Amino acid sequence: MTVAVFTFYFFAITTVTGGLMTVLSRNPVHSVLWLILAFLSSAGLFVLLGAEFVAMLLIIVYVGAVAVLFLFVVMMLDVDFAELKAEMSKYMPLALLIGAVILMQLGMALGVWSFAETSGENLAAPIGETQNTAALGLLIYDKYIILFQLAGLILLVAMIGAIVLTLRHRVDIKRQNVMQQMHRDPAKAMELKDMKPGQGL
Amino acid sequence: MIGLEHYLAVAAALFVIGIFGLFLNRKNVIILLMSIELMLLAVNINFVAFSSFLNDMVGQVFTLFVLTVAASEAAIGLAILVCFFRNRGTIDVEDVNVMKG
Repeated sequence: MTVAVFTFYFFAITTVTGGLMTVLSRNPVHSVLWLILAFLSSAGLFVLLGAEFVAMLLIIVYVGAVAVLFLFVVMMLDVDFAELKAEMSKYMPLALLIGAVILMQLGMALGVWSFAETSGENLAAPIGETQNTAALGLLIYDKYIILFQLAGLILLVAMIGAIVLTLRHRVDIKRQNVMQQMHRDPAKAMELKDMKPGQGL
Repeated sequence: MIGLEHYLAVAAALFVIGIFGLFLNRKNVIILLMSIELMLLAVNINFVAFSSFLNDMVGQVFTLFVLTVAASEAAIGLAILVCFFRNRGTIDVEDVNVMKG
């Protein structure tokens, strides 16, 4: 058993275990942590496949952003998770059945599948000697520039959407009004009264 | 040597776990979103495995786009979830019938 084979099985088993525990875990915080484990070990699989850039991207985007976002939401919302989990065993038989059926279908489809003889002849962008990150950069900034920009647009729309959805202006708290502050006139803000000695206002 | 089938098997297992999670945690939207992330991760593993074994770079480019969509989907989903929780005080999706659709 070589190191590569051992590493593959290690990462594969951790990925699948992480995924399974994400789904089965009773505490959602543990779920997120298992999800992070699944992402990290699949990043390891990507490194084994020679896709270093995507592996690092997976760690940065998924572990660094998405999983932490999940963690924030789980901790922010005051939800009674025990109640939500209570009926889990009720759905277990159906879930197992559907899972088994889909797994069998995938096994049947992938078991008899193989590359066509001619599939190696018309590659869109053959992997050459170029380093992975450089090769990917050459592709996405050249051939797929429109798609790349559109991906950025999707992220922008998602960002704006998330902000619009969650932003709320509460009326019951005092807020700073910048325009009012800027246009404040000292002459109107203060009134001078001429007071005679011995008299009140 | 590790062949393509091994990677495909891992991806298939992960995908099925994602679907399994969708059915198992029908009430908890957070776990539902995590299951969707798992399924997209399985798709990504498939893309990268094919890209590597076919010697074609485009699979990895596609992985990038799937990653983008997955990230924005998680952000929007969680934003909707926070919004929903503010209005209803629960994240149980079984009784989501605000729109009476």
